[in-house]
Amino acid sequence: MSELTLFLIRFAYLAILWIFVLSAISVIRSDMFGARVPDTGRGRLGRKEKAGRTPKAAKGPSRRRGAPTHLLVVEGSNAGERAELADAPLLIGRGNDAAIRLDDDYASTRHARVAAYEDEWFVEDLGSTNGTYIGSARITQPTTITLGVQVRIGKTILELRK
Amino acid sequence: MSQADSGPQVVHRRRRGAELFLLVVALLVGLGAYAAVGLGMEGTIPADMLTYGGWLTVMVAACHVVVRFVAPWADPVLLPVVAALNGLGLAVIHRLDLTYGELGQKDDYAQQQLIWMTLGVVLFLATLLVLRDHRTLQRFTYTSGLLAILLLLLPLMPVIGTEINGARIWINVAGFSFQPGEIAKVLLVVAFAGYLVLHRDALALAGKRLLFVDLPRGRDLGPILGMWLISLGILVFQRDLGSSLLFFGLFLVMLYVATERPGWLVVGGTLFAAGAFAGYQAFGHVRQRFDLWLDPFEYYGEGTNDLGRQSVETQFGMGWGGLIGRGFGNGRPELIPYANSDFIFAAIGEELGLTAVMALLVCYGLIVERGLRTAVTCRDGFGKLVATGLAITFALQVFVVVGGVTGLIPLTGLTTPFLSYGGSSLVANWVIAALLLRISDQARRPLPSMLGTEPDPAPDAEETQVVKL
Repeated sequence: MSELTLFLIRFAYLAILWIFVLSAISVIRSDMFGARVPDTGRGRLGRKEKAGRTPKAAKGPSRRRGAPTHLLVVEGSNAGERAELADAPLLIGRGNDAAIRLDDDYASTRHARVAAYEDEWFVEDLGSTNGTYIGSARITQPTTITLGVQVRIGKTILELRK
Repeated sequence: MSQADSGPQVVHRRRRGAELFLLVVALLVGLGAYAAVGLGMEGTIPADMLTYGGWLTVMVAACHVVVRFVAPWADPVLLPVVAALNGLGLAVIHRLDLTYGELGQKDDYAQQQLIWMTLGVVLFLATLLVLRDHRTLQRFTYTSGLLAILLLLLPLMPVIGTEINGARIWINVAGFSFQPGEIAKVLLVVAFAGYLVLHRDALALAGKRLLFVDLPRGRDLGPILGMWLISLGILVFQRDLGSSLLFFGLFLVMLYVATERPGWLVVGGTLFAAGAFAGYQAFGHVRQRFDLWLDPFEYYGEGTNDLGRQSVETQFGMGWGGLIGRGFGNGRPELIPYANSDFIFAAIGEELGLTAVMALLVCYGLIVERGLRTAVTCRDGFGKLVATGLAITFALQVFVVVGGVTGLIPLTGLTTPFLSYGGSSLVANWVIAALLLRISDQARRPLPSMLGTEPDPAPDAEETQVVKL
């Protein structure tokens, strides 16, 4: 086999190697910039939305009559404190960045989060030490809450209010 | 570790088609190398090209089909990169086998590697099929920690443990030698993650402040510190420098990620410097590695103990390879001891040149990036920590071994993931790949309500609904 053929083989192989690397990078690139953003409040971005979905306000269900407007601490050392749902998602915990800063020894720094999706409000435990309870059940995944449902964090009880 | 997805929720696409395309190119990389080896060494396409190619294709196709069914949202880049690295590694090992055969030495490494790869793929598929949700692993926090320590202790047992090149990290069962430390690596990541996710608040907040660091309470740090010290102690005792370095770095990074305290990196860096200095003073083999790194030529050639041969031949080889390499069959990588395991990067640098070495480093970078990306996207703390730990394992391992081979840092024995000859490492890395795919599948899978498949609930539905993640 001549020198030239071997040289071409080597060159072709390096080309294949780099074609692989570059196409992998281009897949990652399209993955970063090509992902759909289903937030219907951003009408321009939601081009690929499925037909039949009605546009909704960006901040969840707060515009509807009879929908909750704020989260209230009804029991515990912070009783009476509130956070507007318009600022959702709301972080609850002992940390400085929490929307409702609890002064509760049994709460974690980032204890739970309250966020809206479409027409519903969800509470999600952020891996807290002592857990987040609805009634007597400790929640393990984002759970819907409605008006007046009591969410217990440590010695604190929170509710959605109109 | 903040659970930051307060921005718009991004819906990822499945991208299984993209994965299939990349897998085809990855097969081309692996089989192209095999064909190029045949052409360069023997002047013809290898006789078993069809059976070999067929077998690789079957394995890759099986992986793809299983991923398509049980992890449809998994990351599309990981599997192809892994397949390409493994394919190229097999070809380079085969190329060295041909020369070893001519020299009359043992020459069935590629064959054994193919068997190990098959086992790795089977375990990859089994992991994906059995483990449907990575969060189940959290239940086995302490079990896997204990198991890891037991596995690390195995090579010290009298009958099964064997010592190779001064490191007692192998066990020999029924003619197969195995390095249990590789499996322990995965188990320790799971154990660290499971422990840290439960205790990170306590670790980060409770405790006294000393100098610039908030020291956590002993009862919070104790169990994990114990687990880590035991594993590190065993490795130091077994004289496995590379793995000790790997575990130390892994533990430090996971602690840092879990607690968000940069102070840990300062403490860890100081401890590392102190440990390295103490090791240099106390252990002859550490001092020797250090001296070999500083001046390998001092220990090369006649009249010396010739311990620097490995490093020196590596530098000659890479220098001779240059930008585009000598081509398969035109280099002399067999001059480097252990060219097919620890020093496979030197063999590639010699015959494919800097161009291929850079491509491979980018590939490893991609694996690490996808792992960390998965950690960022993942919705639960445990998954985040496991993905971070596995990605960091890759990053550290590649840094330690490539740094050692190229002379950036003192040489410590570790395998190059997926490329090197070595069954235990290959199998463990396939399992790591499966775990990363499983976590990325969970992370990229959109919330059920975002798929638009669920009918809209009645506007006044009052009952509490459970959303399946």
